[in-house]
Amino acid sequence: MSLRNIGVVYRKELKEALRDRRTVISSLLVPLLLFPLLTAGLGAAMSALMGKANEEIPKIMILGGEDSPQILKHVRKLNQVDILPATGDWKDKVINKEIRAVVEIPAGFQDSLVRQQIGWLKIYNYDGNLESSIAADRIQKQLEEYRGRLVKENLAAKNLPEAALKPFEVKQQNVAPPEKVGGAAFGGVIGYMVILLCLTGSMYPAMDLTAGEKERGTMETILSSPILRVDLVLGKFFLVLTTALTTAALSVTSMGVSFWALGHFHAFDKAGADAAQQMQLHIGIHTVLSIFIMVLPVAVLFAAALMAVAIFAKSYKEAQSYITPLMFIVIIPALCAMLPIDLDAKLALVPILNASLLCKELVTDTYHWNYIAIIFGSTCVYAAAALFLAVKMFQREDVLFRS
Amino acid sequence: MIESRGLSKVFKDKKRGLISAVDNISFVCKPGEIYGLLGANGAGKTTTLRMLATILEPTDGTAVVCGYDVIEAPDKVRAHVGFLSTATALYPRLTSQEMVEYFGRLNGLDESTLRKRLDEIFTRLDMNDFRDRRCDKLSTGMKQKTSIARTLIHDPQVMIFDEPTLGLDIMTARTIIQFIRECRDRGKTVIFSTHVMSEVEKLCDVIGIIQGGKLLAEGSLAELREKYHEQDLEEIFVTVVAPLYASQEAV
Repeated sequence: MSLRNIGVVYRKELKEALRDRRTVISSLLVPLLLFPLLTAGLGAAMSALMGKANEEIPKIMILGGEDSPQILKHVRKLNQVDILPATGDWKDKVINKEIRAVVEIPAGFQDSLVRQQIGWLKIYNYDGNLESSIAADRIQKQLEEYRGRLVKENLAAKNLPEAALKPFEVKQQNVAPPEKVGGAAFGGVIGYMVILLCLTGSMYPAMDLTAGEKERGTMETILSSPILRVDLVLGKFFLVLTTALTTAALSVTSMGVSFWALGHFHAFDKAGADAAQQMQLHIGIHTVLSIFIMVLPVAVLFAAALMAVAIFAKSYKEAQSYITPLMFIVIIPALCAMLPIDLDAKLALVPILNASLLCKELVTDTYHWNYIAIIFGSTCVYAAAALFLAVKMFQREDVLFRS
Repeated sequence: MIESRGLSKVFKDKKRGLISAVDNISFVCKPGEIYGLLGANGAGKTTTLRMLATILEPTDGTAVVCGYDVIEAPDKVRAHVGFLSTATALYPRLTSQEMVEYFGRLNGLDESTLRKRLDEIFTRLDMNDFRDRRCDKLSTGMKQKTSIARTLIHDPQVMIFDEPTLGLDIMTARTIIQFIRECRDRGKTVIFSTHVMSEVEKLCDVIGIIQGGKLLAEGSLAELREKYHEQDLEEIFVTVVAPLYASQEAV
């Protein structure tokens, strides 16, 4: 093995990669721009939609209520709705979005109130339609206010304090530090994202440097030089690894900056800004570094495995058809880490899932050193096996000259 | 010097089973000599040359190139060989100079020697006008010149050409033929494969006729004419390969 030759191959591949528009777009531009565009774009779209929906004066109908003038009066007091006369086809009108909601007051509703029997009111709306939900919420709020007043009046009439109805409150209080709360909520997502981006970042160069080289006819050219095949594979491998880690690093940085900006500039409503702030504030630089150290052997595993598979293909297109199913092998265990499962000794040996679960723990500032050792060790073994396989594939004539 | 000793290559094919691409080929190619391997498509020319360039490993027999065994010291063999074929393409995103530099470095040249060799070759091949142009923007002739410069950068003693003029226009092919002649005149050992009779007649000191992976006849053009009582090389070729070709067709 010659470090000099590995370096020569690496520098040449890097130069070519930086001149390749597809590599620059997929490995540098997409990870850098994806999150800012997504957050800014979605934020702007959500704000616009919410604003438009809130500005609309929704049209509603009231069914019944002729024998219940008091409740009818209260519903009619709603000042941000346009009440239309009831028609028989009210359901169709809701579905066709001609009106936003309908409130039904059953016959004898006021009598049941007087007799202090439990009555009911129904609000009909279009689930999933923002304007309909806003209209239904306004009606519900108005009716609940009226109910609260009735309760107060009834209690007062019987000389009972309000506490008679609600002797005590039940409250939940979080005792976990904010970084653990944020980590538990978003840790699984971050591990999944980093691992998935490592894979997507290494996919294109792995195919380009193997099957692409065969397709362009440069494989025979390079094999006629004195370089050892192991040096050639390692030079190429380090470039694939570099792009994988660069893509992941840029994505995480861009994600962090996007959430930071979101939290600071309040692009969303308060709840959105709070969520963004919770995510970005408590994931410190040491956690990010820990994640990257743990993801390193996973990236090595991806880079080597993708090269071993892609070299088998005769063309870039064929390599794509081999590699696309591999995405599922990676996505499924990475997704499993988002489920509420905890790391144990057995799971620490399952590739990809182990690193995803560990990322989740690292984000919550939990360091189980025994599991970290098992995961790092086992992933290094898997990565070494994949790299060995890639080197072996490069030494097989039936693979290199497959026709 | 190239010395092939019973060189053989068997490929495994899922449908056709074992295929003997090269079968016990022995010959010697001396410095200052051009050895022409003449054969039809699929005769075994490319496989033979790939084994000599250590791109493929022989299944039996061996060859000694510049004193190094192709099985025992393949990297040493490659360091003394310049290999050029129509299949040896250029890296599209590198410039002509970067392409040649890359192979110079892979051949272990230090930076000062590399600079000196680069300037010398680029001037000799009249390549200075396009040395900074990317290979995917070069004309076919420019690409061929870059490929030649790539094979020459480490000043190899042995040159292996696998159908180097295949698919090229007349002017570009002439450049290649001229280059092969120059290699011989500089005392290099040259072996090249072709199925173009005129190239063999123009260039080769020794001709080896190959069919079905076997070397069926060998000698200078004059020797072959005398042996087969024919003046025309094409007729000689047909006379030599016809019996084996007919039996292969029957199979």
